[in-house]
Amino acid sequence: MIEIQSLYKSFEDKEVLKGINTTFLEGQTNLIIGQSGSGKTVLMKCIVGLFTPTSGHILYDGRDFVAMNKREKALLRREMGMIFQSAALFDSMSVLENVMFPLDMFSAMTLSERKKRAQQCLDRVNLMDAQQKYPNEISGGMQKRVAIARAIALNPKYLFCDEPNSGLDPKTSLVIDALIHDITVEYGMTTIINTHDMNSVMGIGDSIIFIKEGRQEWTGDKTQVATSDNQALTDFIFASDLLKKARQAFI
Amino acid sequence: MQKLGVDSIGIVLMISFFIGAVICIQMKVNIQSPWMPRFTTGYTTREIMLLEFSSSIMCLILAGKVGSNIASEIGTMRVTQQIDALEIMGVNSASFLILPKIMALLTMIPVLVTFSMVAGFAGAYAIAYAGILTPEDLTYGLQHSFKQWFIWMGYIKSFFFAFIISSVSAFYGYTVEGGSVEVGKASTDSVVHCSMLILFADIFLTQILS
Repeated sequence: MIEIQSLYKSFEDKEVLKGINTTFLEGQTNLIIGQSGSGKTVLMKCIVGLFTPTSGHILYDGRDFVAMNKREKALLRREMGMIFQSAALFDSMSVLENVMFPLDMFSAMTLSERKKRAQQCLDRVNLMDAQQKYPNEISGGMQKRVAIARAIALNPKYLFCDEPNSGLDPKTSLVIDALIHDITVEYGMTTIINTHDMNSVMGIGDSIIFIKEGRQEWTGDKTQVATSDNQALTDFIFASDLLKKARQAFI
Repeated sequence: MQKLGVDSIGIVLMISFFIGAVICIQMKVNIQSPWMPRFTTGYTTREIMLLEFSSSIMCLILAGKVGSNIASEIGTMRVTQQIDALEIMGVNSASFLILPKIMALLTMIPVLVTFSMVAGFAGAYAIAYAGILTPEDLTYGLQHSFKQWFIWMGYIKSFFFAFIISSVSAFYGYTVEGGSVEVGKASTDSVVHCSMLILFADIFLTQILS
């Protein structure tokens, strides 16, 4: 479980996050949604420690990440996995080496054990055939799946996904969503997904936080989205005429 | 070590060979006269190669090749979030990415300096055997008033220059913000600043070590 308490973040005189308070539960896919520039990426970067908050607390199962020293943060980060918007695979390594990398760095396993574990992760994302290929030899969807395999290699307690469907076709997006959701349940992780994708919201949004202009505008789950009377949320989610009609039909 | 050092051997050999040959021709044509000893060409070729070319000028060339490579590689890793991925995993990205490059270049630089010296003299001998001067005069000049310290001086200077190239270019790559344009700019800036620092350091090191 990750708790965010009164989180503020400013860049010089521009305040981007204005007092976020929320809880991301274990074993659920927690979605952060909002328009571009609303502060959701800054929120995620604060949570994972790439940005230091101006004030507030981030509690990982009660452990305050903001108050930790560098060494404690490094140790906690070994419990995190992250899937970046661009997959962020290491170009100079093969798919198998990419997945083995966190194991090489932080596990006490032997080489054969590390290889076996990496292959298990690749098998989990159906990429056993691509293990000897390099990131530039595989498609965007496959790169995302390799990133998922790499993220789960160390059995993380917390999984972060920054727009995992960005640049993917709708069908592949659904595959990625389903994979992240299944893995979250299977490993009992606290998963936080930063997304624009409405299919993700309606498909895997166990818990949703809607951010507007740095403030937490709405929280709920996928079953409450369609019936919510929050105008800002409905304007954002049901932006097109087609979706507006679908919502009216649903209601 | 393979990418920064071994892959640079070819260009070091080629440039040093031709510069050694050209220095030899220039000395023969412009310095040598009936009033000068016949070994002058070999002597001045040796001094230029050992004292300046194989250490300083060769490192300026490497600043262009290796420095831009380091800056663009690390810069690309920064803009494609690969460095963020390392940080999230709890890896000290600066130490993980930069330290091996510094160590690799410091390890390989004596090898490159040695290759440069040998290739430069080979170029001079190629000119001698082409008939511009006699190989005996060249050999005598190369051996005349030889001080072993000059070779060590070249190595010591090159260690400092190797550290400048690897650390400065890694700094420019690591601190890139933006996209491909900024990576290109970082690569150019790293070469410019490495070159300037090498030239300034050369003045001080030459004064201190001479």
